Amino acid sequence: MNLETLTIVEARMALDAKEYSALELTNAYLEAIRAKDGDLPALPAGRHGGRQGIHAYLEVWEEVARAEAKRADERIARGESAPLTGIPVAVKDNMLIEGRIASAASKILENYVASYDATVITKLKQQGVVFLGRTNMDEFAMGSSTENSAFGATKNPHDTSRVPGGSSGGSAAAVSGGMALAALGSDTGGSIRQPAALCGSVGLKPTYGAVSRYGLIAMGSSLDQIGPITRSVSDSRIVFDAIRGRDPKDSTSIELAEHSKNKKLPVIGVLRRFSEHAEKDVLARFNETLKKLRASGYEVRDPVEASTLLDDSLAAYYIVMPAEASTNLARYDGIRCGLSVPAETIGDVYAKTRGEGFGPEVRRRILIGTFVLSAGYADAYYRRATAMREKIREDFVHTFANGVDVLVTPTTPSPAFTFGEKADSLAMYAADIFTVPVNLAGIPALSVPVGTVDREGKNLPVGFQIIAPHGGEETLFAVGADVEKV
Amino acid sequence: MKGTINVSDLAKLARLLVSDEELAKLEREVPAILEFVGKLPDSGTFTREGSAVLRNVMREDGEPHESGAHADVLLKAAPNVIDGRVVVKQVISREKSH
Repeated sequence: MNLETLTIVEARMALDAKEYSALELTNAYLEAIRAKDGDLPALPAGRHGGRQGIHAYLEVWEEVARAEAKRADERIARGESAPLTGIPVAVKDNMLIEGRIASAASKILENYVASYDATVITKLKQQGVVFLGRTNMDEFAMGSSTENSAFGATKNPHDTSRVPGGSSGGSAAAVSGGMALAALGSDTGGSIRQPAALCGSVGLKPTYGAVSRYGLIAMGSSLDQIGPITRSVSDSRIVFDAIRGRDPKDSTSIELAEHSKNKKLPVIGVLRRFSEHAEKDVLARFNETLKKLRASGYEVRDPVEASTLLDDSLAAYYIVMPAEASTNLARYDGIRCGLSVPAETIGDVYAKTRGEGFGPEVRRRILIGTFVLSAGYADAYYRRATAMREKIREDFVHTFANGVDVLVTPTTPSPAFTFGEKADSLAMYAADIFTVPVNLAGIPALSVPVGTVDREGKNLPVGFQIIAPHGGEETLFAVGADVEKV
Repeated sequence: MKGTINVSDLAKLARLLVSDEELAKLEREVPAILEFVGKLPDSGTFTREGSAVLRNVMREDGEPHESGAHADVLLKAAPNVIDGRVVVKQVISREKSH
């Protein structure tokens, strides 16, 4: 088996045909992690910073993974395998698995042991998945490079002087580097699609509510969504089908209506003016893909212009998200769970615990969020942003109502950037320009790799973003599979 | 916007202890970010009630589970516990007489 190219679809066939066992497959991944990722067995989190290797993982569960693989083999032997039985998967460090640490790459949760399983984990356990380990991320999913991890950044497998993207950078690097067959990420403003694009993987941000958020450490609750990072579009669908569905424990979750498969090829609309924010050669890969899609029979409407509201998405997002994040992060107070710094008064316990436990970007966003929600400013900032958000959502609805089935943009304006290149917060925020409108609108989008661009002699992957209306995942998979082919 | 934000007060409001050194940095960064997001135009649909489509969804009223069913496991996550209770510092105190 070649772990750099293996897909879930191929592994499923091989496992069911007994070409190799789930244990052998798992051991192969554990060996790859040992060889590529850095020091193992897992040291206590926090001692990884600066080590050699990709550093996709914060912790690897070798023994438990082997035990899970053995159970999967028994199930396969009984002929009862589910699509993901025995498939080795990595999990972003912000999803809870009972009895294991989930730190959100933060000092404040460094030693937090999860009290229960996230719903996505319950669903994967039911299928007999093998959990390889928890992957690195920007602290509390705040960032686009993993540089905000409290435990050291992850490196891009395509060029280790560059970031893997973020916040699900560890998940994307694990898949891209042949250290997991698939991974779960979470996407609040692009945190699945952007790292997938920068690492050359497939990333899906599902419709808001399609996947339960129960047991996901919350950042922006009206924006967060869990989704898969995989090596192919077919694999993306398999993982999505495994984790989706209405969950009574997440009242915002929904059961997506079954879409009857369209016989006609979907009509592609190009957000042309908006896409011009991308660097020249990134745009060239995008245009080549469009040309090939047209040649293979797709109707491509270019340009389809949504209003200029898309340009305002970034500002609206960077108000709504910190407002929700600062509210969600109020729970980390040194009393209920995680780090607790002793102090004289209860107020000082709060302030010292949060002051020591949260990293710089989290602190910035808490302050911004506190400000935009504060009396006297909430009208000018938070309420104005939520109103704009509604306009952006309507804008997408209107564009889709005009006979366009999917909209496309490059996933990111540039390929992977170097460490420290975007030290300024606003420069980092701009990396999300193409992905945030999708979260604001609650609609699904898929990033599919479309070749590479050259930076200092290295070939760096770029992504093609396909956006569908609410519940349009099937259309995304259909178009995505064709993008993969051309 | 610049110069009108008291970051020190904001940090107190957010219950965040910030060192003097960091405060100096934040006094540059926070206004810069607010200036950027403050450019957001008024879409003209602003309502105090919020948007019609985006709404809060609550679970149904009633007891979701038996009282105490998860108490032990949740207490295990708390930093300081005595006799099945989470320990907190005194919240209300009598004014100290000096």
